[in-house]
Amino acid sequence: MSIIWHITSAVAILSTLMVVTRYNPVHALLYLNVSLMSLALLFYLLGAPFAALLEIIVYAGAIMVLFIFVIMLLNLGKETAVQEKKWLKPRVWVGPMALALILLLEIFYLLHTSQQMTGGPYANGRGLGTAVSSRAVALSLFQTYVIGVEMAALLLMAAVVGAAHIGRHKKTNLHRFLNEDHPL
Amino acid sequence: MNTPDNIESILLLAALLFCIGMAGVMIRKNILFMLLSVEVMLNASGLAFIAAGAYWGQPDGQVMFLFILAMAAAEVSIGLALILQIYHLHRSLDIDKIKEMNG
Repeated sequence: MSIIWHITSAVAILSTLMVVTRYNPVHALLYLNVSLMSLALLFYLLGAPFAALLEIIVYAGAIMVLFIFVIMLLNLGKETAVQEKKWLKPRVWVGPMALALILLLEIFYLLHTSQQMTGGPYANGRGLGTAVSSRAVALSLFQTYVIGVEMAALLLMAAVVGAAHIGRHKKTNLHRFLNEDHPL
Repeated sequence: MNTPDNIESILLLAALLFCIGMAGVMIRKNILFMLLSVEVMLNASGLAFIAAGAYWGQPDGQVMFLFILAMAAAEVSIGLALILQIYHLHRSLDIDKIKEMNG
């Protein structure tokens, strides 16, 4: 009776396999996006809708945009437009489209049939699909794990400062004999 | 119900995804793909945490997933900044060409 779960895990495994086997970074990113969405659907099936939404917002939204920006920055050049036109053939995007369409149909089915989003008593152990409400998550997060939240905030701030420092584009100082632009 | 009957299958799926990510880290030579594979591994561990939290009916699994999410965001920002610097220095993302640390 767990046909939705099996389909979603098959989509997750397939798209993850495609992520690690693609040659083109953009194709790998398309498949990684599908993999993240299928994991979000798995979280929803496991009764964690808050984690599913965060997976879509943070991973498939923010982190994916970071990757795309870096790939854009690395591909500067005249041949980019030609390459883009060459990449964007239907053969490229029909695979991620098909996998994402499966996930979309599944979530339509779930929204029509399931009552999980209404939540329920969370600690009665009535099986794996029982929803843990976001209220319980928030209470646990800001009472038991509040020191972890502060450490995560510190980690994120260190990451922002570190990324700004590392990503600064320094001029390389060559010796004047090695500098071919301005010969003596 | 749309969920599996036992937690073993979920943990098996998480282990499978983790192994795919680990294989990706080991077989790829492009540092961008290695970062993508690390993301896959982090997702797999998050799935294991969520499954354990759902198994016990406690919110702790989702809390741990939130911490993994924050850690992944920090790791990706630092890693992508390093990738940009490496590309500016070496004009390549091949890890075989980045060997000034003699690793």
